[in-house]
Amino acid sequence: MIYALQDRNIEKRFILINYMAVYEVGKLDDNVIEAINLTKKYGSFTALSDLNLNLSGSKCVGFLGPNGAGKTTTLKIFTDLIRPSSGQAIINGINVQQNKKKALSDCSALIETPEIYPSMTVREALSLVAELRGVPRSERSSQIEEVVAEVKMTDWLDKSVGKFSKGMKQRVNIASTLIGNPSIILLDEPTSGLDPRGMAEVRDIVKSLKKKDRLIFMSSHLLNEVADVCDEVAMIDHGKLLAYGPLEEITDKFSTVDDSAEAQFSRAIDESINSQISRIDGIVSVEKLDSRTVKIKYTGGLKSQEYILATLAGMQIGLVGFKSSSTRLEDTYLNLIKETL
Amino acid sequence: MIDMETMNVDINQEKKIPGSIDQLFIITKFEILNYFRSRRFLILLIIGLIIDLLLTGIIGYYRPQSFLSSSLSFYSGWVGQSITFIIILSAIFFGGDSISGEFQNKTGFFIASRPIRRSSIYIGKWIASFIASFLIIIIFLAITIANGVYYFGASIPYELWESLAFSILYLAAVLGFAFFFSSLFKSSAYSIIITVILFLFAFNLIQLLISSLVGIEPWFIITYASGIISNIFTVPFPAHVVTTVTHLGHGRTLTTTTYNATISEGLIIMAGYFIISTILGLFIFEKREFN
Repeated sequence: MIYALQDRNIEKRFILINYMAVYEVGKLDDNVIEAINLTKKYGSFTALSDLNLNLSGSKCVGFLGPNGAGKTTTLKIFTDLIRPSSGQAIINGINVQQNKKKALSDCSALIETPEIYPSMTVREALSLVAELRGVPRSERSSQIEEVVAEVKMTDWLDKSVGKFSKGMKQRVNIASTLIGNPSIILLDEPTSGLDPRGMAEVRDIVKSLKKKDRLIFMSSHLLNEVADVCDEVAMIDHGKLLAYGPLEEITDKFSTVDDSAEAQFSRAIDESINSQISRIDGIVSVEKLDSRTVKIKYTGGLKSQEYILATLAGMQIGLVGFKSSSTRLEDTYLNLIKETL
Repeated sequence: MIDMETMNVDINQEKKIPGSIDQLFIITKFEILNYFRSRRFLILLIIGLIIDLLLTGIIGYYRPQSFLSSSLSFYSGWVGQSITFIIILSAIFFGGDSISGEFQNKTGFFIASRPIRRSSIYIGKWIASFIASFLIIIIFLAITIANGVYYFGASIPYELWESLAFSILYLAAVLGFAFFFSSLFKSSAYSIIITVILFLFAFNLIQLLISSLVGIEPWFIITYASGIISNIFTVPFPAHVVTTVTHLGHGRTLTTTTYNATISEGLIIMAGYFIISTILGLFIFEKREFN
């Protein structure tokens, strides 16, 4: 496989010469994270058991599991903060344990909530990261200001980190992962310690990162966060991978409940409108929550959701809000986790 | 379709991470910045200045002959007695929690998860500690020399420079040892307390017990080697072994043996401590896990 190559530069040069092989460039330049039989043991306790996972492309993959499932252990192995008992952690074809510097050259990570040297200002802390990452001197200042603006910390740029709250430090940490414009970002519960507004802002940042051809691997135990941000999900418990795939496929496979959404209207919904809604293809049931809100259960996944939303809007009955719930993901999660107990 | 333009862009975008030596000095730069803003640097500087001011006042007021009989005895009394204490304090202040603090305070997660070798972090921090300690020593010495020039003129005995050179090696060894202990523990308190106990009490006690009572040369104790820093001011250089027989009366005698490290022996012990503790510390830090 292309991503298993040890020296990507050599391969690129080869491809430049070999015209016929140019087609492979797309695959070669994919951002790839690969865990091969990754195992981590602490004495008799197995934190990670034979994890095999291959993530590639530009997307956000949620890493779901309860506390102690092995999420952070996996991410720490990928950043060489801890070493596997056996198996390999590979980033862009390079084994992290064999050549950490090269493996992480295009990968950034936020593991737990790191402390930043308290006497440093935000600018200095990010300069340290920028220098370590080899950001050219001419670009450093603008890049720092850019990432700080992205996490809404511009006003604090020249303030010492020591005075910051946990949430503010986490924002600086997130900003530090954006320095050097890495193609792969590993995030370990990035919204941890943030207030609801901060959590929403971080989710927006992660969503915006997806648009920039990045592979984001984000651990979380917040189902709504994963449902909101991620394209794919990997579920882990007791160190074992339970499922991996696109959100839709995983929920289709493991969930036993229907999709649902809450629709809000600007005016009251009477019985005739209610029955019109229930006749839309894909809708299983409509439950009135209050005079202007209904809960719709439907089948058919995203396509069905799209159709129902378009139809509701076309009915001109005052649709002002449509929010899908993460019930199916939650059900999937509970089914899978329950099975491992 | 062949998109050569895209390919070129991608190749140009290959991330250029600085070499390990460059990264080492980046760590040093920011660590020094940290030290200069820290209370510990200020406290150590104040301690050095207090020692200087006390000696300035006492010598100026009491004019003790042990200090003022010659420039050699002046520098011997001033530098020989104080500089090892300042070096040990520097190791405690800058080295004691240098590595353990990265684990305890979780600052290590901020740096170690980046594309950088752990050895660059370790050595970079060591160099920063060395520079910060060296600055304290230089300031201390500058005031010492100012006093010396006041009493004995500008002719500074070359033994002072020899003593300074030994002090620098001693600083390297003591810091290397403190870093080694710091890499052994994940708690800053443990690593600092052990460094304090070893350098301020344990080494001196062991040295005294085994040389005076057991009669074995304490060649394996670093504080024994540090004797050359003050002994260099004694002309001629003290004998390697000094046996003292004390008559206790009624025909009974007590024989005690004092050992003085020779210059070459002292240098070898210090270099040995520096090299071995640095290799061990690096090895441990490389293997440690950020749990």
